Amino acid sequence: MAYVTPESEALPLDAPAEPGALEAEHSSRDVRQRWFLSLPSILIIFFFAAGPLSVMLLYSFLTPGNYSGVKWEFSTDAWSSILMQRDIFDDTLQWADAHLSIFWRSLSLSMITTALTLIFGLPTAWFISTRPPGRRELWLFLMTVPSWTNLLVRTIAVQEMIRAEGVINNVLVFVGIVDEPVQMMFTNFAIGLGMTYVYLPLMVLPIYAAVEKLDKRLLEACYDLYASRWQAFYRVILPLVKPGIIAGSILVFVPCLGAYVVPRVLGGGKNLMFGNLIELQFGAGRNWPLGASLSFTLMVIVMVALIFYIRVTSQERKDG
Amino acid sequence: MQNLRYARQNETVGTTTETGQDGGPNTIMQAQTDVAEPAPMPGDTSNTREIAIDARKISKIYRGEDEVRALDNVSVRIRRNEFFTLLGPSGCGKTTLLRVIAGFEPPTSGQLWLNGKDISRLPPNKRPVNTVFQNYALFPHMSVANNIKFGLEMLGKPKAEINQTVEEMLTLVQMQAMKARRTSEISGGQQQRVALARALAPKPEVLLLDEPLSALDLKLRKEMQMELKRLQHETGITFIFVTHDQEEALTMSDRIAVMSAGKILQIGSPQEIYQRPAERFVANFIGESNFLDARLSGGSVTLKAGGTFPVENPANVADGDVSVLLRPEHAFLSDAEDALPARVETVVYSGEATSMHTRLEQSGEPVKLRLANAPTGSGMPEEGAQVRIGIQPGALSVLKD
Repeated sequence: MAYVTPESEALPLDAPAEPGALEAEHSSRDVRQRWFLSLPSILIIFFFAAGPLSVMLLYSFLTPGNYSGVKWEFSTDAWSSILMQRDIFDDTLQWADAHLSIFWRSLSLSMITTALTLIFGLPTAWFISTRPPGRRELWLFLMTVPSWTNLLVRTIAVQEMIRAEGVINNVLVFVGIVDEPVQMMFTNFAIGLGMTYVYLPLMVLPIYAAVEKLDKRLLEACYDLYASRWQAFYRVILPLVKPGIIAGSILVFVPCLGAYVVPRVLGGGKNLMFGNLIELQFGAGRNWPLGASLSFTLMVIVMVALIFYIRVTSQERKDG
Repeated sequence: MQNLRYARQNETVGTTTETGQDGGPNTIMQAQTDVAEPAPMPGDTSNTREIAIDARKISKIYRGEDEVRALDNVSVRIRRNEFFTLLGPSGCGKTTLLRVIAGFEPPTSGQLWLNGKDISRLPPNKRPVNTVFQNYALFPHMSVANNIKFGLEMLGKPKAEINQTVEEMLTLVQMQAMKARRTSEISGGQQQRVALARALAPKPEVLLLDEPLSALDLKLRKEMQMELKRLQHETGITFIFVTHDQEEALTMSDRIAVMSAGKILQIGSPQEIYQRPAERFVANFIGESNFLDARLSGGSVTLKAGGTFPVENPANVADGDVSVLLRPEHAFLSDAEDALPARVETVVYSGEATSMHTRLEQSGEPVKLRLANAPTGSGMPEEGAQVRIGIQPGALSVLKD
């Protein structure tokens, strides 16, 4: 240490910074940069999500206009008429189950569709992920090709399959399995079928991503440790692809609940779902406040359903 | 413990000679070619009772654009309580053989017997055989304890027994403190221990280890080598260990099978494999070697480089022109009259020893010497110096080419 001259070392050109001052400066610069980078997304979210939602919330507390739009008069009718109906004669509120049955149809069909896409999607994802690397992309591509077509066109294609003079009925009648066409159009079955078809890729893709990450050697470890195929599936595969299943379920369930085109085409005028009901208020019903309150109701249902679903599925097995 | 180990090893080695051909004490166990059909006879107890794994003429052929013979008519008998190593370069078929024994790959032809029962047709989950995988393949969503528990649960053991065994296994691999951790939260060496404990917990008849130490750093690997030997000793389970690391194989094994291109070239104790390799490939693969041209006649060879020496002939090579093996540490600098004249080419100091590359004057063959370093250093000839090379008695061994 002979070469160190204490005097010169002790007299730097700049005054030494306080302990921690440099770190503080650095971290505050970090924070500024982060805000700057996220500004575009914050603005977009504010203007295109929070903004319209506030307008909707405001509308839901106003009175419907005569032809469309709203009158600037405060009213809670839009909220009460979600489940109640004002009697035309004596103006009393009565329990109305029309909306309730639509809610129920939406919920149950969405759940059934989610379950069906899971049942079909998991083996599909597994199949794709076990193909040789070059082939997987091909299968994924085929999986997504239908999504390139307009949703309406795809839905009408389903209609073409199942309508009274459609492909399936023609074949059934021709082969003699049935005497007259089976009524499939304008039923809940038609809606479920259509939605399962349309939303299947949304289930397959996230599950595929999870299955592909799954180390297949774990399966060998399972079999090596005396597990049957079912036990390997239940104890190892399922827990490890669960994140994909959860993501897929959300991706399918949420748009199902608000689905509009599929129930409109395949369910007809009788089998309304939530989306159709909302559309009706903004269109023929000319009741924008009710449409707004229904939209919020749908949002709340989705949120509650998702929170419930995530709570249930993320419950860990008790690890010993 | 070491003594005990040797006693057991000698005992098992003793039984091999009866199955061997007419060789001397260093018998080469059944090499890849046709072994007399060792079907377990009802009355024949002396032999089959000793054998855990009996692989008979196993071939594994992958058909594709070009046919790959991963295993080519492999026969091997692995004794109970043996630490048996499959050693060879990558692609030699050692892992394939392990996977055939585990049941992951059905053999194209051949039979596999375990403790006197034909298990060729049993799926992996019906074989009392467990594997320690190369990447450990621990279940990432389970705790250490639940990983170890898995096999026992699948076997449907009663809960009390399971918990007791898990505790035993945790103690055995010294992982009690970590039992509630996720396997992603522990180090590579600890994962290795958990993988071992998980495979040992169901008390398999044979434990298969697929290069389990290759992912560990050198120090940890040395530690785990000792640990594995201890575990094998304490559990008394037959270990079949796959590695491409010859040093690891020599350190740990009771017997080693050296494999190349889907065939077993030689089976023997580490000493036999190292000192008396039957083939050039084996000699080359294990340790460092000098190969010298010579003419074999009777029990001795005349080197092309000069001099006649008594020679070992483990593979019973016929008289004529042969290659003989000389290990670098079995050659030394000598002043004797019959020592071989050579010229020093390079001298490489490496701590405990010095490697000296020389060229024999008479034959022009290169010979590498490994000379122990004296505490006072130097004293080694310089490059270009004239030296004479002596050969330790019994050092030369004839190779089958």
